[in-house]
Amino acid sequence: MQVTEYKPLIVAFCCNWCSYAGADLAGNNRLSYPADVKIIRVPCSCRVNPMFILRAFQRGADGVILCGCHPGDCHYTTGNYYTRRRMALLFSMLDYLGIERERTRVEWVSAAEGAKFAATMNDFVKTVAALGENKRLEDIRCKK
Amino acid sequence: MQRIGVFVCHCGTNIAGTVDVAAVAEALGHEPGVVVSRDYQYMCSQAGQNMIAEEIKNNRLTGIVVCSCSPRMHEATFRKTAASAGINPYMVEIANIREQCSWVHKDMAVGTEKAIILARAAVAKVNLNAPLTPGETPVTKRALVIGGGIAGIQTALDIADAGFPVDIVEQKPTIGGKMAQLDKTFPTLDCAACILTPKMVDVAQNDKIRIFSYSEVTGVKGFVGNFDVTIKRKARYVKEDICTGCGLCTEKCPQKKIPNEFNLGMDNRHAIYIPFAQAVPKVATIDPEHCMMLKTGKCGVCSKVCGAGAIDYKAKDEYVEEKYGAIVVATGFNPISMDKFDEFAYSQSKDVVTSLELERLMNAAGPTGGTLLRPSDGEHPHTIVFVQCVGSRCTACADKGKEYCSKICCMYTAKHAMLIRDKYPDTEVYVFYIDVRTPGKNFDEFYRRAVEEYGVHYIKGMVGKVTPEGGKLKVQGSDLIYGKQLHIDADMVVLAAAIEPDKSARHLATMLTASMDTNDFFTEAHPKLRPVESPTAGVFLSGTCQGPKDIPETVSQAGAAASKVIGLLCKDKLTGNPCVAHPDELMCNGCSTCANVCPYGAITYIDKEFRMPDRTTKTRRVASVNEAVCQGCGACTVACMSGAMDLRGFSNKQIMAEVDAICK
Amino acid sequence: MQSKNEKEKEQLLRMSGVNPLKCMRCGKCSATCPSYDEMEYHPHQFVYMVENGDIETLMKSPSVYKCLSCFACVDRCPRGVEPAKLIEAVRLLAVRQKGNNHLKSDDIPELLDSELPQQAIVSALRKYSK
Repeated sequence: MQVTEYKPLIVAFCCNWCSYAGADLAGNNRLSYPADVKIIRVPCSCRVNPMFILRAFQRGADGVILCGCHPGDCHYTTGNYYTRRRMALLFSMLDYLGIERERTRVEWVSAAEGAKFAATMNDFVKTVAALGENKRLEDIRCKK
Repeated sequence: MQRIGVFVCHCGTNIAGTVDVAAVAEALGHEPGVVVSRDYQYMCSQAGQNMIAEEIKNNRLTGIVVCSCSPRMHEATFRKTAASAGINPYMVEIANIREQCSWVHKDMAVGTEKAIILARAAVAKVNLNAPLTPGETPVTKRALVIGGGIAGIQTALDIADAGFPVDIVEQKPTIGGKMAQLDKTFPTLDCAACILTPKMVDVAQNDKIRIFSYSEVTGVKGFVGNFDVTIKRKARYVKEDICTGCGLCTEKCPQKKIPNEFNLGMDNRHAIYIPFAQAVPKVATIDPEHCMMLKTGKCGVCSKVCGAGAIDYKAKDEYVEEKYGAIVVATGFNPISMDKFDEFAYSQSKDVVTSLELERLMNAAGPTGGTLLRPSDGEHPHTIVFVQCVGSRCTACADKGKEYCSKICCMYTAKHAMLIRDKYPDTEVYVFYIDVRTPGKNFDEFYRRAVEEYGVHYIKGMVGKVTPEGGKLKVQGSDLIYGKQLHIDADMVVLAAAIEPDKSARHLATMLTASMDTNDFFTEAHPKLRPVESPTAGVFLSGTCQGPKDIPETVSQAGAAASKVIGLLCKDKLTGNPCVAHPDELMCNGCSTCANVCPYGAITYIDKEFRMPDRTTKTRRVASVNEAVCQGCGACTVACMSGAMDLRGFSNKQIMAEVDAICK
Repeated sequence: MQSKNEKEKEQLLRMSGVNPLKCMRCGKCSATCPSYDEMEYHPHQFVYMVENGDIETLMKSPSVYKCLSCFACVDRCPRGVEPAKLIEAVRLLAVRQKGNNHLKSDDIPELLDSELPQQAIVSALRKYSK
């Protein structure tokens, strides 16, 4: 019998100005990371509505990572500070709901940090993979 | 329903080496909305672009997905292609299957699978794309410079040089600012007046520049390219266009015991005055607080002596409304108050002076005619102690000092010490320093010259206490290298006071919706890459309003701000970024949350009439986004509690669709 | 394992509430100190020595009892380091060790001087009392 290796599904939100460029740089330098990571481009990390993350967990994501500019370097001055505060709240709520703290992460990756991007993704995938399959959030509004 | 074309690029072997492009094209062909799906060697080549354009026309496509390199690379290229084929450029989405797929994965099967998922997400997004048109706003080709110091002067001259009209608003009766009060400038020791006053004359004679002296900005409305500014011209009781600046009135005025601000109160002026000989505009001003005619109605001497008939006791404050395309803030600095520093006895002895006061005491046009004399008794000082970092780098007490380094004090103290030793070799000069910070061209050489050639005693340590005693100032300080406490009997003590932004800056920042740091310095749009722009579009920063800096730095920043203004005013119309926030007015409840998080002040509230189901109309307060100001970060979309705010090009539905496509 | 120095330093910082890392080494504390000339180690050196964990030397030095507790250094320090509180903590640390009393109460009348600030006597008189 063939045992298939467990592949987590990771959604990464990357801000257009820093982390997305950092991901591009990782590509330019051929720094590999698992294909389980799928990147969604957003203008700023503060564009990431907690609803997007909840949706990802509803649809079966095993981990969600948010990447933005380093504090103080936000293209829009203060966007990443909003992100930091919002995600602190959201992640603690998700933890309460049973989605482990390790499955969610906010990381600052600048456009020059291709290596950091790859390392972060490798580490995150490893962490999530170790946790195994995730619980699926359900939208109880859909259950009549 | 969209009609979508998918174009998968091989990028030679860059993509095709790890991703089975044909399989991707095949798989995407079955996605909802996709009518054509093709792969090609080099999509960005002319042939590739032609192919896309043809497919758009042949299949009446409404949107396209290009699976290729990063959108940061060729998004603009494919948008142009789409526009040339007649569809809206914002109907193009890129699936990044090179940098974020083929280049970082090695396994063909894995790469292909991921490429398909990324492309699916892009298709899902295009399905929800809407054509976007960047907004256009006209530009008023006139600039406003707030502050008439060297920063404002240089900015105005540079803008006027490019042919655009500029207005300078200065709160004092003359332009010139702090630099006009300085004696010599470091590190070249040329006289400040000699290099500044010709520039002031240039400003006065430039027909593109108008000076609103003795004026303040009291209201700012509008946005980049279209500011409506109200300027208050304070009544100076002298008709500016008639006064010749002869100065007769300023000699005859009987009220002559008023502390002269220009000399920092170290001598007196009259109630009608011209701040200094080279003032621009050279027009007298009546100080309403001290003029007997204005206070009691009894005097009128100035009016009698004025041959031109320029005096007007009935003058009132006037308000001027003007339109501007760009605003430059150049409000400058002031030394902080020394009142809280009791240990240095500033308020107890006249012989303890600040460095700016020393500038006046050494200036040929100053209260002592350029001879350095003790303010208390007019004697020649033989021992002078300089104290650096008075109030700078001070975190102990917020209302006492400032936590930042004021940057200029090390250099001007070296300058003062050097000038004094040069002019009065019999005077001993001690400088107490914590660190000597001299990063700048020829700066450290200058400081070393003060030590090595002029014999200034630099002491690593600080002054703890100054006690006036028997006509002397007893200075108690530490010499940390020697390991001794020093007691020096000084004739004068000079305090290198920290500098702080002008008090008017905070109020101005509120009017401009420009952001400030905790020290009331204006913040720049990006600390490294956009140092002369404020985060608020159309507002630029020049000089010390943005942070402590010396004259060369101020002038270069002033020129940089001017070039940014010129770049803006050159345009007839401003094309905005169409990916901006927009509220669903039916859902908006007018709670103001979005306006509070907006870093650009792009959101305002309007009262709008809505038709209710029962055919009545109801007025509701709803958010309104100024598309010329919004930069499209999306902070408001998340903050909005009713879900009314959305971002064009990155809408909630689009990102949700991407999430769904990835998590399938 | 924490070394004895580290432990003492930590205790000292906790007792005094002082963070010696805030010091920018300007020397204003030493410039302002009225007992400077009486001391072997001066206020700015106190801060630096504590930062480096050299507490033992400080506790043995008579300098700690030369501090008048006038708090001029606390008042004038531009960084809010509060050296006098650190010195006070060193004194307390010394007093907590048996046999380390600086003064005997019988010695005091002799030392009294109408010019002497009372705080200085109080600072030096505290003794081990277990």
